[in-house]
Amino acid sequence: MEELLEILQELHPDVNFEEEEHLIDDKILDSFDIISIISEIAEQFDVVISAEHILPENFNSAKALYGLIKQLEDED
Amino acid sequence: MQNNVLDYLDETVVRVPEKTAFSNGTDEMTFSEVDRASRAIGTWLHQKSIYKKPVVVFMNKHPKEVTAFFGVVRGGCFYVPIDEEMPLVRIDLILENLKPEIILCDERTAKLAETFSYKAEIVLYDEICGTKIDDNALREIHAKAIDTDPIYVVFTSGSTGIPKGVAACHRSVLDYIEHLSEVLEFDENTVFGNQTPLYFDACLKELYPTLKYGATTYLIPKEKFMMPVKLVEFLNEYHINTICWVVSALTMISAFNTFKTVVPQYLHTIAFGSEVFPIKQFNRWREVLPEAKFTNLYGPTEGTGMCCYYKVEREFELDEAIPIGRPFANTEILLLKEDNTLAGQGETGEICIRGTSLTLGYYNNFEKTSEVFVQNPLNTAYPELIYRTGDLGRYNEYGELIFVSRKDYQIKHMGHRIELGEIEVNVNMLDNVKISGCIYDGQNGKIVLYYVGDIEEKELIALLKDKLPRYMIPNYVRKLEQMPFTANGKIDRVTLMKNHQEKTK
Repeated sequence: MEELLEILQELHPDVNFEEEEHLIDDKILDSFDIISIISEIAEQFDVVISAEHILPENFNSAKALYGLIKQLEDED
Repeated sequence: MQNNVLDYLDETVVRVPEKTAFSNGTDEMTFSEVDRASRAIGTWLHQKSIYKKPVVVFMNKHPKEVTAFFGVVRGGCFYVPIDEEMPLVRIDLILENLKPEIILCDERTAKLAETFSYKAEIVLYDEICGTKIDDNALREIHAKAIDTDPIYVVFTSGSTGIPKGVAACHRSVLDYIEHLSEVLEFDENTVFGNQTPLYFDACLKELYPTLKYGATTYLIPKEKFMMPVKLVEFLNEYHINTICWVVSALTMISAFNTFKTVVPQYLHTIAFGSEVFPIKQFNRWREVLPEAKFTNLYGPTEGTGMCCYYKVEREFELDEAIPIGRPFANTEILLLKEDNTLAGQGETGEICIRGTSLTLGYYNNFEKTSEVFVQNPLNTAYPELIYRTGDLGRYNEYGELIFVSRKDYQIKHMGHRIELGEIEVNVNMLDNVKISGCIYDGQNGKIVLYYVGDIEEKELIALLKDKLPRYMIPNYVRKLEQMPFTANGKIDRVTLMKNHQEKTK
């Protein structure tokens, strides 16, 4: 989780990712961010997030995103 | 001869009045509705005695916003789109440059418009659409219109920190739309899926051909571009067959293996531009849509939209760049070397544009205009302007034009044209920042900012978000003890780039 928060924090140092739960709905993240986040996750976690997982519910909070990473890691 | 962009609408509304012209999937407007509303807006402007003036359109991306543009042109004025995505500071700079009397809003944006430091009359679209149409007055405005009158001003990044407003007229837009339509083979069955914001010239590609052919444009909601599966489903739901998108919107779909889940069913024409299309991603598109036509487009805002095209018909190696090809008919590209003579085969020169497609220049800024809209050095006999793009190019062995690099610090990032200097100026203006230097990591598509000062990275970013649009905010911000300088006192960008590459290893 720490690693993921670091990735997010680097993109938006001014956002509190531990608390924020509407990253997509409140337009805090945009399409540029999504692309950056996915490529960083691929590098650091060795997990590939593909289109079918790029849904608002998976990106609305750091917690949800971390859940997705764990789920994909387990599937491997 | 046609001399007004709205002649397209006048002819089409008679032919297909009840066909959908513009839609966002939820709300739609037919040609007859667009025509009627544009006439009401034009009449209202006439009654207010606003003529040949800039009219700011500050609305949400919606069929009504497009209609407002046409309404402004009906009134013999020119539209200037601004958007919620622009920070207030930037909007105020734009308004100071234009000095508009009217800001046309919708219910939602009107509240925000009241907070602008620049004060103009705020008018609601829905209210003035009820104006009783005065066709006689509109006919007179139309008859007096000259094709070199401006129809819009759009603002682009300026290296001094002040955005520059590019003004374009009927004639250059008509020239562009006619030639673009011919190359991409638009017709009445074209269904466009618009991606680009309405506050840039990029949307000309959809708006005016829709009027010309009686085609249909879907303004795709921005949030779809975050969710690739939903985006392709949108294309399929509305039978969208033609898209002119920035490369990053296309690679967003292909890079995440969207095609394994859903494939575009109706797409047959794909135009792209503003950036290099990585061949690996391009091949994925071609594999899925082997019958579709793919066209690379190139051109600066100052040349009215696009000025060159390349139909991709041969195979490319993974490390090759797709050419920008050749100019549209009625436009010439001059490749000028430093000594203002033409570059020969294999030689690099600055891409300069000659022809009707040149825009009028930068609004209220003769100084900046005369720096880049200059006398054709190859013509010493009579006045003739060319536009110096600042892009360097050369011809390859097939005689196709290739983009090489920029002459200066202008970059293309996620389809947006950005002056790194504009970012630096805005950072340097912040209290407690001593100096800043910006570089672009083109390989990874990241803007990297280095600075010296008594301010934390976090705070700097937060302050910058009030000054610059989202797409200009640096992806990485790094504080330095000292800024590296070159021997002649300039910021040493080579050293900054090395530092960045080490950090990201």
